[in-house]
Amino acid sequence: MKVPEQVARLGLVLGVLLAIIIPLRFFILPYSLFHYEPHQAAKVEREKLKPMHYAGALRCTECHADEANLKLASYHRTVSCESCHGPSAEHVKQPNLASANPVSPGERKLCPVCHAYDPTRPNGFPQVDLAKHNPRKACIRCHDPHDPVPSETPQQCSACHGRIARTLAVSTHALLECTRCHEASEQHKLQPRTALPSKPSTREFCGECHSKDAAASTVPRVDMASHGGAFTCWQCHYAHLPEGHR
Amino acid sequence: MKKREFLEGVILFFPAATVLQTLADKAEGKEVSAETSSGPGTKGRWYGMGIEVDKCIGCNRCVEACKTENDVPQEPFYFRTWIERYQIKSNGDTTVECISITPREGAVPPPDDPDVVRTFFVPKLCNQCANPPCVQVCPVGATFQTKDGVVLVDEKRCIGCRYCIQACPYGARYLNPYTRTAEKCTFCYHRISKDQLPACVEVCPTQARIFGDLNSNASRLVRFQRVNTINVLKPDLNTEPKVRYAKLDGEVR
Repeated sequence: MKVPEQVARLGLVLGVLLAIIIPLRFFILPYSLFHYEPHQAAKVEREKLKPMHYAGALRCTECHADEANLKLASYHRTVSCESCHGPSAEHVKQPNLASANPVSPGERKLCPVCHAYDPTRPNGFPQVDLAKHNPRKACIRCHDPHDPVPSETPQQCSACHGRIARTLAVSTHALLECTRCHEASEQHKLQPRTALPSKPSTREFCGECHSKDAAASTVPRVDMASHGGAFTCWQCHYAHLPEGHR
Repeated sequence: MKKREFLEGVILFFPAATVLQTLADKAEGKEVSAETSSGPGTKGRWYGMGIEVDKCIGCNRCVEACKTENDVPQEPFYFRTWIERYQIKSNGDTTVECISITPREGAVPPPDDPDVVRTFFVPKLCNQCANPPCVQVCPVGATFQTKDGVVLVDEKRCIGCRYCIQACPYGARYLNPYTRTAEKCTFCYHRISKDQLPACVEVCPTQARIFGDLNSNASRLVRFQRVNTINVLKPDLNTEPKVRYAKLDGEVR
């Protein structure tokens, strides 16, 4: 069979083009020009090589075992060393270099970052009003940051539940003790979140004062049989401020 | 050319191309065998973070540590992790405020408002989505997911087009004003590859943040997921975030 001339010429051109392109594409031009993987692998390696600034609490305990052990048994056991002392990787590398020493916050600046009163902070987290709590006195004069204890164990619920205490103080329930309605075990002071205090669980508890046949004379009375149905009283009435906010 | 020859050529073309590709791979020294498997439920690592919202005290230690560890620009508004204050009023109005503008000095507390019914802090960061929208939109392949599930940005490939910043539903990315490339949380990849915790987890004083391998039943994160009710941010977007929140309020977006 005879190949027509135009086909032969086109074939020649195509052959030459392929002879250039195929080696160029697969053997001469680098693989990374067409694929992302080499770049991504290189980036992962570069990322791994970045220097660390925070050494990690375990490195601190290697030399500072006394402080670490003291802290381990204290309320600050979950606080990492570098939370307060700052990034210390350089200090771990060169322990004797004075310029790389971690900071020792001694003023009244760092502790309030966690312990100043803020209404958004979780209930029971120890907070102080900076204007009223020994103004201008450095925190470490009374509290050891590695074993922080209140200068005296809180006797009042208001030490932690300040907002509730302030609300209660202006309410008609102001004269009631917290323990009149809540039972808090001694364990609650140590583990406030695991040993929760109790709440009144029955309508009859509020009914002791507020039902029609209760002995108290000046409190508002309701007919327990017809008022509220199946609800527990505090589901509608906020017991720390029964008259409501408005 | 006969029809038969033509068809033979067509059939032979594809195997020939594969052989050429294999030769090219060999020339580059690339491993041709199947890659080590990765992803959820496999043997490789699959990093994630757990955040217990009601443990966060809004102290900004994580923000400061993150900025130091990763050389994030110190000016406000550049964050790889940040904290939001949510305040929900009795009529349902919700205000959200970033409290990390001055991480060193601590947040300025709002006045006591008796009308606020719920208020809490929510730490936020890149969710390291298993199905990341930012990776899909990157026109140059600079953003990618590593085998252990961390989304990284190759600063040498990034052209600073900001497309990924737009695509991220969580606002986790920013454009570094000095390098003009996109940056984001890397789960402190340089630390976790040396078996250290990310800086924010390391310094969190209340352990509101938990870090671990989602593929390992022994990791703290998996235990955290067992004992808590877990939510993620914007689950409706199917991004499959690997940052898992416990005790998350429904108002949080």
